[in-house]
Amino acid sequence: MVSKTNIRKKKVSTNWEYSAAPESTDHISLKSNYDLFIAGKFTKPKEGTYFNSINPANETNIAKVASAGKADVNKAVSAAKVAYENVWKKMDPSQRGKYIYRIARLIQERVREFAVIESLDGGKPIRESRDIDIPLAAAHFFYYAGWADKLDYAFPGRKTKPIGVAGQIIPWNFPLLMAAWKIAPALASGNTVVLKPAETTPLTALKLAEIIQDADLPPGVVNIVTGDGSTGKYLVDHPKVDKIAFTGSTEVGKSIIQALAGSSKKYTLELGGKAANIIFEDAPIDQAVEGIINSIFFNQGHVCCAGSRLYVQESVSKEIISKLKSRMENLILGDPLDKNTDIGAINSKTQLEKIQMYLDIGVDEGSTIYQSTCTIPKKGYWCAPTLFTDMSQSHRLVQEEIFGPVLVIQTFRTIDEVIAKANNTPYGLSGGVWTDKGSKIFKISKDIRAGVIWGNTFNKFDPTSPFGGYKESGMGREGGLEGLLQYVNLY
Amino acid sequence: MILSMIDLTTLEGKDSPGKVKQLCYKAAHLHDQHPGLPTVAAICVYPNMVPVAKVALAGTNIKIASVATAFPSGMTTLSAKLKEVRFVVDAGAEEVDMVISRGKFLSGDLEFVGDEIYQVKNACGAAKLKVILETGELVTLDNVRRASDLAMNAGADFIKTSTGKINPCATPAVVLTMLEAVRDHYVQTGHRIGMKPAGGISTAKQGIQYLVMVRETLGQAWLTPDLFRFGASSLANDVLMQIIKQNQGNYQSSDYFSLD
Amino acid sequence: MTQSLHINKTYKLYIDGNFSRTESGRYIKWIDPKKKMIINFCRGSRKDFRNAVVSARSAFKAWSGRSAYNRGQIFYRIAEMLEGRKEQFISELILQGFTKKQSKKEVTLSIDRLVYYAGWADKYQQLFSRVNPVSSPYYNFSTPEPTGVVAAIAPDNSCLLGFLSVVVPAVVGGNTVVVLASESYPLCGITFAEVLHSSDVPGGVINIMSGRHDELIEQFSSHMDVNAIIYCGADSGHASMVEKNTALNVKRAVKYADQNWINPDAQGPYHIMKSQEIKTTWHPIGY
Repeated sequence: MVSKTNIRKKKVSTNWEYSAAPESTDHISLKSNYDLFIAGKFTKPKEGTYFNSINPANETNIAKVASAGKADVNKAVSAAKVAYENVWKKMDPSQRGKYIYRIARLIQERVREFAVIESLDGGKPIRESRDIDIPLAAAHFFYYAGWADKLDYAFPGRKTKPIGVAGQIIPWNFPLLMAAWKIAPALASGNTVVLKPAETTPLTALKLAEIIQDADLPPGVVNIVTGDGSTGKYLVDHPKVDKIAFTGSTEVGKSIIQALAGSSKKYTLELGGKAANIIFEDAPIDQAVEGIINSIFFNQGHVCCAGSRLYVQESVSKEIISKLKSRMENLILGDPLDKNTDIGAINSKTQLEKIQMYLDIGVDEGSTIYQSTCTIPKKGYWCAPTLFTDMSQSHRLVQEEIFGPVLVIQTFRTIDEVIAKANNTPYGLSGGVWTDKGSKIFKISKDIRAGVIWGNTFNKFDPTSPFGGYKESGMGREGGLEGLLQYVNLY
Repeated sequence: MILSMIDLTTLEGKDSPGKVKQLCYKAAHLHDQHPGLPTVAAICVYPNMVPVAKVALAGTNIKIASVATAFPSGMTTLSAKLKEVRFVVDAGAEEVDMVISRGKFLSGDLEFVGDEIYQVKNACGAAKLKVILETGELVTLDNVRRASDLAMNAGADFIKTSTGKINPCATPAVVLTMLEAVRDHYVQTGHRIGMKPAGGISTAKQGIQYLVMVRETLGQAWLTPDLFRFGASSLANDVLMQIIKQNQGNYQSSDYFSLD
Repeated sequence: MTQSLHINKTYKLYIDGNFSRTESGRYIKWIDPKKKMIINFCRGSRKDFRNAVVSARSAFKAWSGRSAYNRGQIFYRIAEMLEGRKEQFISELILQGFTKKQSKKEVTLSIDRLVYYAGWADKYQQLFSRVNPVSSPYYNFSTPEPTGVVAAIAPDNSCLLGFLSVVVPAVVGGNTVVVLASESYPLCGITFAEVLHSSDVPGGVINIMSGRHDELIEQFSSHMDVNAIIYCGADSGHASMVEKNTALNVKRAVKYADQNWINPDAQGPYHIMKSQEIKTTWHPIGY
């Protein structure tokens, strides 16, 4: 049949590229210099040293940030101790809760500013900082605020007491969100805090200090000391700190355990991972492909619970891998502030070098590498989405945490085999399973020795949902009631 | 020493190219966190997996062994067996693990059994022939001794206890009997025949017990992968765990050692 | 009538459901305070410990996979068996120098403790599980799961009640255990194996050793295949060694320095939770 309507014939380019859609930076306020936040005031570091916080997407300096020495950490801990004894632990819990609600609200009001700064400082796509990091941070404060005056209901048969001063050391992959995970439950249960943000991403924590000032929180309840690992070490070793909460590498976590041995300090550790993401032949294939992309390329793979070990049932492995490759071609790598960007910058030069080392090892070990053909910007730290096939359990890339956008793929035949392989690791943080069969999700969830199992999804977080690892992935949980338990003594 | 004598084995109905490739990698990289370890001697697979292993092991010194002759029962015609042997050798197997016809053996037809081994040996060409007696079905040590002599005289390069499919597999008594047969064969003919206990050897301790047995019965000359092998799938990791224990002082967990 | 000569009991380790002597062949000579009886206990070695961990690891999957109801039944059965052997344990305690009154109380409380925890077997999960109201279309729940293989240094001062107070909550919660009995009063911890042996507890679920604490604590705390260590004792050197060694594989450490095992706070579901992990599952909702 011939259509009589005129078909408009206009020349359309077959090579349609999206225009850049950068989020503007004109509404954010950043100082050129940030001091330490101690006892409610921004305070110059005693030794007067500062370091640069660099934008990893273009290697420019964003701001100078104070480096806290031993004396500064002492001062912050003392401020926290005073605030704990004199103000915070005595305060009516419902009033404590209201302060935390204030913080939640102030973050919500300034979501856009925080998102832009998070992306500038850490390199993550604005879409993620805007839609995930910052709203979730606010939600954590909101959730724990409500617990402050309900602690008597939290743990059956027991009442709670706060622990005291909590020293909290957080990583660079979710800077504000990790600060929220740590600070919110600590404050709700009556503790005071000295927080040490990561060296490469201190800015949103310092902006949070401004919010804490705006919320009129009593001085010393939250103190923020910036610096490198040595600042963290002062905090861990400080005799007046009653509790250490750390998120970061298993290696540093182990050194913290050793440093705390023989002391009476409590600790919570959220460490590395090498999660198995398991795709069964009865999985919704296209949905699973999206899920795999999200499990490993979310936040450039800088996620401790990333699904970095993919196990595909042999019968669907060809299809999955080919769909995965073509989906990877559609991922847009580039300016973190561009709203179209899927893959942002690698957080730091050091991290990029580590990822590069693993890529070299993978190639040397004879595995087949595939990288999407995106253009890599000239400046900044970047790594194209990468996958390796022809892998086995004995490859180092399968065993070690890479913390980058690098997926290693193995195939399996039976459910027992894949469970054995998934558990054949010192880690146990998370895992994923894709199948149309609900009973199979529960079976995998029951048998995988890990703290969080995602069925037909991956990398989902919620303030009400406990998160944390088995084995070398850590101790204790964050989120939900379990998260509260880490900051109280029961009696 | 044990590691370099292992024939890393996967003989399951559910073997697939993926599984075999993964095992081949493990064979060459037992535990990369601990540099300086040897590779295993060989990997042992079913005939249809030989081409996969050939590609996966290219560039390594690891040999490919394949079971042939209607493993594990051996219940087919001689011509089918010979065809299978020629296939695996053509596909790149450097070692062939055959099973003897136990039914014929037990009914006294030793000539048939011997002739079969002889013909398989011819079909092997340059490939080494390991003859599996399946001692669990021969029942008595007298039978084991008789079958050992028969196999060696018919051209076996190695004699091997078991398929791993019948219990009991390798036991110290059976292995000692076979080692004595190997010793006597050497004394009589001057030929050194190899020995391969297989099945049920999963700990370093058992491994060492067998090595001691070899050393005491046959002497140091046999303590080489050319003349002594273990057929095992999980022995390697236990040996690795003991090695790391020796170095670090504390006992190890299988979570830290790759399955394959 | 001639008096029948007393038959002395041989005291052994209890590993993998078998009464075995130490592989090391060593012994500890123990003389009761009234100098009436001499007992040669096994001086367990690190290799005995290794074997015990292998057995505990292999028993773990099946034991943690048993239904909670079944674990409760088995612990109730253990209590029944201890009740039946009450006199034996009382006389063992008396032999070790306790008064008759103390001994009776220790055994009675021990039986009560077993019954108490038998009842918790299918209840603590309900207390500590939650359905989390997440803001996305998932059914999200968190449940306790056993951490795995637990190594325990039993208290030195309370040879039966203290022993049970650390072992039972771990095992009721689905863990398998290797426990080192009191060194000063080894008798009841070791003979408790006789109760276990007649109580439907699968081999390898509870492994009992005797030996020198000084020598074995290092191995107990450094074994890479042990998921948690319970250390009872006031020796700060030992405690800090245990804590340092937990760094090797991020073992969970539970310490009891001066717990009074008769106090009500020596039991309760929170003791079970000390060797549990919380697992969170995200199950999709949709069609």
